[in-house]
Amino acid sequence: MVKLTIPEIELMSPGHTGCQGCGATIAMRYALKALGEKTIVSIPACCWAVMPGVWPNNCMRVPLLYTAFETTGASISGIKAALRALGEEDVTVMGWAGDGGTADIGMQALSAAAERNEDVIYVMYDNEAYMNTGIQRSGATPLGAWTTTTPVGKTKFWERRPKKPMVDIVAAHKVPYAATLSIGYPEDFVKKMKKAKEISGFRFLHIYSPCPTGWKSPPQYTPKLAKLAVTSRAFPLYEVEEGIYRVTMKPKKTPLKEYLMLQGRFRHLTDEDMKELERDIERRWKELLLKEEMTAKLEELNE
Amino acid sequence: MIPYDKLPHTPIASVNSVVVKTGAWRTFKPVINYEKCIRCMICWKFCPDVSIRLEDGSSYPAQSERIKETIKEAPVIDYDHCKGCGICAEECPTKAIEMVPEEK
Ligand SMILES: Cc1ncc(C[n+]2csc(CCOP(=O)(O)OP(=O)(O)O)c2C)c(N)n1
Ligand code: SF4
Ligand code: SF4
Ligand SMILES: [Mg+2]
Repeated sequence: MVKLTIPEIELMSPGHTGCQGCGATIAMRYALKALGEKTIVSIPACCWAVMPGVWPNNCMRVPLLYTAFETTGASISGIKAALRALGEEDVTVMGWAGDGGTADIGMQALSAAAERNEDVIYVMYDNEAYMNTGIQRSGATPLGAWTTTTPVGKTKFWERRPKKPMVDIVAAHKVPYAATLSIGYPEDFVKKMKKAKEISGFRFLHIYSPCPTGWKSPPQYTPKLAKLAVTSRAFPLYEVEEGIYRVTMKPKKTPLKEYLMLQGRFRHLTDEDMKELERDIERRWKELLLKEEMTAKLEELNE
Repeated sequence: MIPYDKLPHTPIASVNSVVVKTGAWRTFKPVINYEKCIRCMICWKFCPDVSIRLEDGSSYPAQSERIKETIKEAPVIDYDHCKGCGICAEECPTKAIEMVPEEK
């Protein structure tokens, strides 16, 4: 018998309309493998609102509800309340929104749901821009990136602000679980999803999902880019459980340049620019390690 | 409260998307050389289009008889749905998958 490192069950069918090499479809495939059949998904406007297919086709083998762009947090709170009223206690409710739908327009509904500690999973699949409407910058677009609204020209007006730290923002609401996941590390991905499933209360998962169309990267490099983002420390893997930070992967550092230069959206950067980005990333990495060290002391308080 | 049968109709998408043959998108086609394949299923794991199935491998060649005896399955590409992204070829540790131009 073959030994598989992630569950064999498939709850996302082929025939979806995601682009060639779409990271967000890999993310959904893994998420449903981990959560299983007793799951309801709510999706706002984003690429995933069109990827299940053109009516009457649908690639999702679990119930899926569409909701308005800014309402994921409210939508999943309502679904959970309805299930509770029906006495269905063992169904996992998952909100599945993009980075624009989470870090920008969905922020207040997300914050409200986190503050109420709703018993739901909120996923932000992060392709680092508003991809479905044609690559506009979002709060999650990283420093240095080209998008159609942060164009590159004589004035070099590419993205000048760092990425919003969504896990830190949600964890600051004192929710039981928040974590970063990457499609480049399927086993870690499934482990965190399963862990989130078993916890009750608000769980926030930030999933790194490369987008060949928006990043101008060759489609075959989707998993490779996801791995390089982790090893270059551009997207560290960590979790925050009851306020305690834990970096779940501390890989040997790879040069940031290797990660950046596989993507057209960073091609304009000079060596000097890349050094600036590297400094920002190193600072964030150190900050993360300090948080891990500092919050470890909270464990003693918990005892 | 509005009774259930008085609620407005809502469109429901109920047809499984397998009826959509996304294989037509392909410009390059992954071809597995089973003699190089060690049945690690890494290609299966990373396929965004769920287009690699684990099938009975007894009729496929293998690097060695031992592989066939210990692992009964082989990865088989579903050309009806594979979009030809090349991820399987890129991730395969033994370079057993080649992307060849699609002939139309
Ligand atoms: C209220 C509202 N404003 C704007 C839109 C148009 N719109 C649809 S999808 C989308 C982009 C979503 O970006 P993101 O959440 O990052 O998801 P992605 O498309 O990148 O997967 C926008 C702006 C909308 N549907 N509703
Ligand atoms: S990744 Fe390569 S070696 Fe592994 S099962 Fe697929 S074709 Fe075979
Ligand atoms: S080329 Fe892409 S879609 Fe086709 S089987 Fe390989 S990974 Fe799947
Ligand atoms: Mg996006």
